Amino acid sequence: MQLDTKEKLREKTVFSPTPSLNRRPHHYCAGCGHGIVHRLLAELIDELGIPQKTVLIAPVGCGVLAFFYINVDGCEAAHGRVPAVATGLKRVNPENIVIAYQGDGDLLAIGTAETIHTANRGENITVVFINNALYGMTGGQMAPTSLVGQKTKTSPYGRSAAEAGYPIRACELIDTLEAPVFIERTSVHSVKHIIRTKKALKKGLKNQMENRGYSFIEVLSMCPTGWGMKPVSATEWIEKQMVPYYPLGNFRDR
Amino acid sequence: MALGKPIIDISLCKGCELCVHACPQKVLSMSAESNEQGVPYACFDDSDNCTACTFCALICPEYAINVIKYEGVRT
Amino acid sequence: MKGNEALAEAAVIAGCRYFFGYPITPQNEVPAYFAMRLPQVGGTFIQAESEIAAINMVFGAAAAGARVMTSSSSPGISLKQEGISYMAGAELPAVVVNMMRGGPGLGNIAGSQADYFQATKGGGHGDYRLIVLAPNSVQELADLTVLAFDLADRYRMICMILGDGFLGQMSEPLVLPEPTGLKFDKSEWILDGAKGRKPHIVRSLRLRPEDALEKLNLKLQEKYREIMQHETRSEEYNTADAEYLLVGFGISSRLLKSAVQALKSQGVKAGLFRPITLWPFPSRELAACAQGKKKVLVVEMNAGQMVEDVRLAVNGSVPVDFLGRMGGMTPEIESITERIKSYAA
Repeated sequence: MQLDTKEKLREKTVFSPTPSLNRRPHHYCAGCGHGIVHRLLAELIDELGIPQKTVLIAPVGCGVLAFFYINVDGCEAAHGRVPAVATGLKRVNPENIVIAYQGDGDLLAIGTAETIHTANRGENITVVFINNALYGMTGGQMAPTSLVGQKTKTSPYGRSAAEAGYPIRACELIDTLEAPVFIERTSVHSVKHIIRTKKALKKGLKNQMENRGYSFIEVLSMCPTGWGMKPVSATEWIEKQMVPYYPLGNFRDR
Repeated sequence: MALGKPIIDISLCKGCELCVHACPQKVLSMSAESNEQGVPYACFDDSDNCTACTFCALICPEYAINVIKYEGVRT
Repeated sequence: MKGNEALAEAAVIAGCRYFFGYPITPQNEVPAYFAMRLPQVGGTFIQAESEIAAINMVFGAAAAGARVMTSSSSPGISLKQEGISYMAGAELPAVVVNMMRGGPGLGNIAGSQADYFQATKGGGHGDYRLIVLAPNSVQELADLTVLAFDLADRYRMICMILGDGFLGQMSEPLVLPEPTGLKFDKSEWILDGAKGRKPHIVRSLRLRPEDALEKLNLKLQEKYREIMQHETRSEEYNTADAEYLLVGFGISSRLLKSAVQALKSQGVKAGLFRPITLWPFPSRELAACAQGKKKVLVVEMNAGQMVEDVRLAVNGSVPVDFLGRMGGMTPEIESITERIKSYAA
């Protein structure tokens, strides 16, 4: 068939920001994974048709203003208490889709009890854990997820296992509990992994929509500013340093 | 003939370079000048090599990239 | 009914269908009663992993628009302070019950009144207030619980029931209160999904210049002024021709009533002023009542907390004395009557 060179080319948009995403410029650093995960959540909220049902609970951390960037009902929570607030919200309005969005300190330091017990009760919510191996908002301190040897503001000589213990693997911890129905660790350091992250988040949201129980998605994420490197190097740091300790993949899918 | 092109809102670009790195066709690069945020921004080279794979848009943390696909193009 | 159980039943009568709490003596009957009762009325009881988790579950449930309660005792209320401050900033309504015990620290499990400061002067951080109600009987525990839910919803804030271990454990006859039937429209702010409306955000964080934190604080202070104007509650007993005025709240006031009667039989004219709202403190009413009295004696089961507000209220017009016992000990009526009689000497 001959190519008709006079045929007018029509332009079709194959990628544009989804309606639930607020297009205001956000405060995250260049190359930060939060922006990517926010977009994935907003896309899923629109694809699954739940913008009028979703309540997003923001943590204390860089993500504290998350509900300014996604056009759904938003709720604040005290540091570490997102799962407790989620429990209260979901028990009162079970038809809402409650997304518990948390960082390292929120989920694994101050909020460890809430994390474990909310998972253990099998609350019908979706927990999104952004693991960037440090405390971003407060300037880059060591987190329960910081790697041994990692230099941070509060481990200037590198994390010492003898002093500070070993990094905690959240998915494996939650996997010891009976109730959770979906546990997966993904990453946003490359397009391939971003696509997998979206699939995992989708399962977590669908589980909630179908009243199947508690879903937990841990997302390894870049923190170029905190790690003291450029964004592209940060993606390599995830690949070479984080993934070996925090293996990607599905732990549970009931 | 190009299959598509990225439309980059350079005012939103924070110069992270993730799109440049992610593009399999290597049609993106960083500008020499700075945008209103004071950083170099991602630019499309206007070549025919864009396949509208949307990798750049998928990895952009700033929602700065839309992707256009040309319809009526035959390979 | 036992005090702890009466207040729980009264909460259910008031329409409370959500309770989150943690065991701590002397209020354990409260969660146990809710655990039994709420499933009967289609409500939800959760024994939370801590008092901190409980107050944050309350935050979520209140944000979702429900009438919700949590209960604890002194050390557990200390744990809840951050959550209470957050709820003040986010203007979320709820009822928090403190059945006080001896402190500070782990203390003991006897009733006490040593959390007055914590309840009325802060406890949590920042410029905020709680409405604080101090019942002195099982009947009043029930009645004030029903009132507390209405006050909390009307003013979008926490209303605290400040009881103590004795009240909680006491069994007295009571008539269960009726629901007031008052309804408060929460549709403008609750998180029930943005159907056909703009998204609501529930938060106390105000980082940006255009929603400056001071603006929020001015709004809260205006609210508190309105409450101080309209919501004081107090009771007087035998004060009309009294020469001496006894002031006490909660369980102390029961002793003081007996002291007034004892003094009367001994020819001493004493009266009792009992604040029922500890915040807003009934300063106007107390000042008026104290006028012309020879002396005021404040009796508390603490080292002297409400006495400071009494002194502020009378503002030097009458001398104010204090008698207190600490660590869960109750003042003896004879020590009160002897102190009053010593003023005449």
